Amino acid sequence: MTDIPIFEGFGLGLRPPHFNEFLEEDVPVDFVEVISENFLVAGGRPLYVLDQVRERYPVAMHGVSMSIGSADGVKPDYLARLKKLADRVDPLFVSDHLCWTGIDGFNSHDLLPMPYTEEAMDLVCANIARAQDVLERPLLLENASTYLTFAGDRMSEWDFLTEMCRRTGCYLLLDVNNIYVSGTNHGFDTDAYLAGIPADRVRQMHLAGHSQGETLLIDTHDEPVPDPVWALYEKACRRFGPRASMIERDDNIPALSELLTELNMARSKARLREQTP
Amino acid sequence: MSLFDLQRAFRDHILAGDDVPLNTVAPGAMRGLGVYRHAYRAQLVASLRDTFEKTWAWMGDEGFDTVARAHIARHPPQSWTLNDYGADFAGTVRALYPDDPEIAEIAWLDWRLRRAFEGPDADAIAPEKLGDVDWDSAVLIFLPTLTLGEVETNSAAIWGAIAEGEGVPAAKRLPQPGAIRVWRSGLTPRYRSIEMFEYRALVLAMAGSSFADLCTLLVENGDKDQAVQRVGTALAGWLQDGLISAVRQA
Repeated sequence: MTDIPIFEGFGLGLRPPHFNEFLEEDVPVDFVEVISENFLVAGGRPLYVLDQVRERYPVAMHGVSMSIGSADGVKPDYLARLKKLADRVDPLFVSDHLCWTGIDGFNSHDLLPMPYTEEAMDLVCANIARAQDVLERPLLLENASTYLTFAGDRMSEWDFLTEMCRRTGCYLLLDVNNIYVSGTNHGFDTDAYLAGIPADRVRQMHLAGHSQGETLLIDTHDEPVPDPVWALYEKACRRFGPRASMIERDDNIPALSELLTELNMARSKARLREQTP
Repeated sequence: MSLFDLQRAFRDHILAGDDVPLNTVAPGAMRGLGVYRHAYRAQLVASLRDTFEKTWAWMGDEGFDTVARAHIARHPPQSWTLNDYGADFAGTVRALYPDDPEIAEIAWLDWRLRRAFEGPDADAIAPEKLGDVDWDSAVLIFLPTLTLGEVETNSAAIWGAIAEGEGVPAAKRLPQPGAIRVWRSGLTPRYRSIEMFEYRALVLAMAGSSFADLCTLLVENGDKDQAVQRVGTALAGWLQDGLISAVRQA
């Protein structure tokens, strides 16, 4: 399996309200990230837009449906379609989440939490190996926000991610907001999380906002990146070095100029690393 | 408990939609389970609102969400893609609102236009390339996005008025049953109301009947000349709307 080189850039998610600006203007981003499933279609405007955008910007493919943690395996039809799209796009990365979305013929279309057990580790690693074989490239797996833990957990999330990378050769897409959300919800030390992640496996970082639920933080992607997440991003930059970083906004989507201002904030935070001994 | 059983129990908990304890989660995790139960339904309702936007506008928030939640309870998603969710939504609407057939028809139109939006690409044949066609044996190949549906109400007019932001007419039954055809022209999904004669002609043509067979099969009251003339008029409309991608000789 080939290595994935480090890409030191700043990007945005490509969302329909901004399609025309990405097609008609020189948007100051180093890459865009697309939701893979939005383009796993037969034809029409989605693929037309994707092809046009790809001519102008490097593209990262980010999926939500691989269900790498499903006990009944990864769907061959989905992998075949994803491979075809990746061949068309020649993306920087192909990523999905460490989660499961369904089981036994049911698909929740939500990112459901994994138990951190040896059985889950074996299963996830087997599924990653299968997916990487079909895709003929290493995957990036993202840490999801979670709202509960399991009674049978035997390791921390960061230990799980580290061992998963060691066994499969996959890489990580670290979602800094998700670390903050899960850390707050479960009371773990986010500094220990960053310290436990192998820097050489991190290839991309997500930045996003969240909402305060009744008792838990909810990963809603509908708000600007808040101060605690920026603070954690600064630490992540110091720990991992320059990595492809982007603002992920999926709801309550503002003007592109507003997201570009946030992206400049990410550039500033990343530069602080260079100025700090 | 195996991972497979754990995930099936988690699935059953989400589908049940209540706060029955799940013994595999850590103590104090019941609030977290509530987040997943809520997110599952909220995301599917949002997806249905997005796909069936005009149906939602016609019914209003409360009415639409009631149907959406009934649909979610009857039809848990199975496909890997959320794009497939809603394939049978018009059927749920029809079952819940048998006396308001325009709602199911609007839902059908919403669904078919969305499918056309991301359906397979194909170019329409240029009319000038039809000069050498032997029409007696010609079989028409249509765009892969072309679909047909029968209607008994003014649902197409309602859909169009909602889309244009115009005054939306009251629902009413058509004087006689009609049909709608949906297709994609270039990158733009389109629809047109058609008479039942054209609908029958399209059904036959899409099934592979030759142009000559169409004229024979659609004769009404023994008047073949009239059938040929009406099929010819329909064909002109198909060409004008760019529905035909190729012509082959049978």
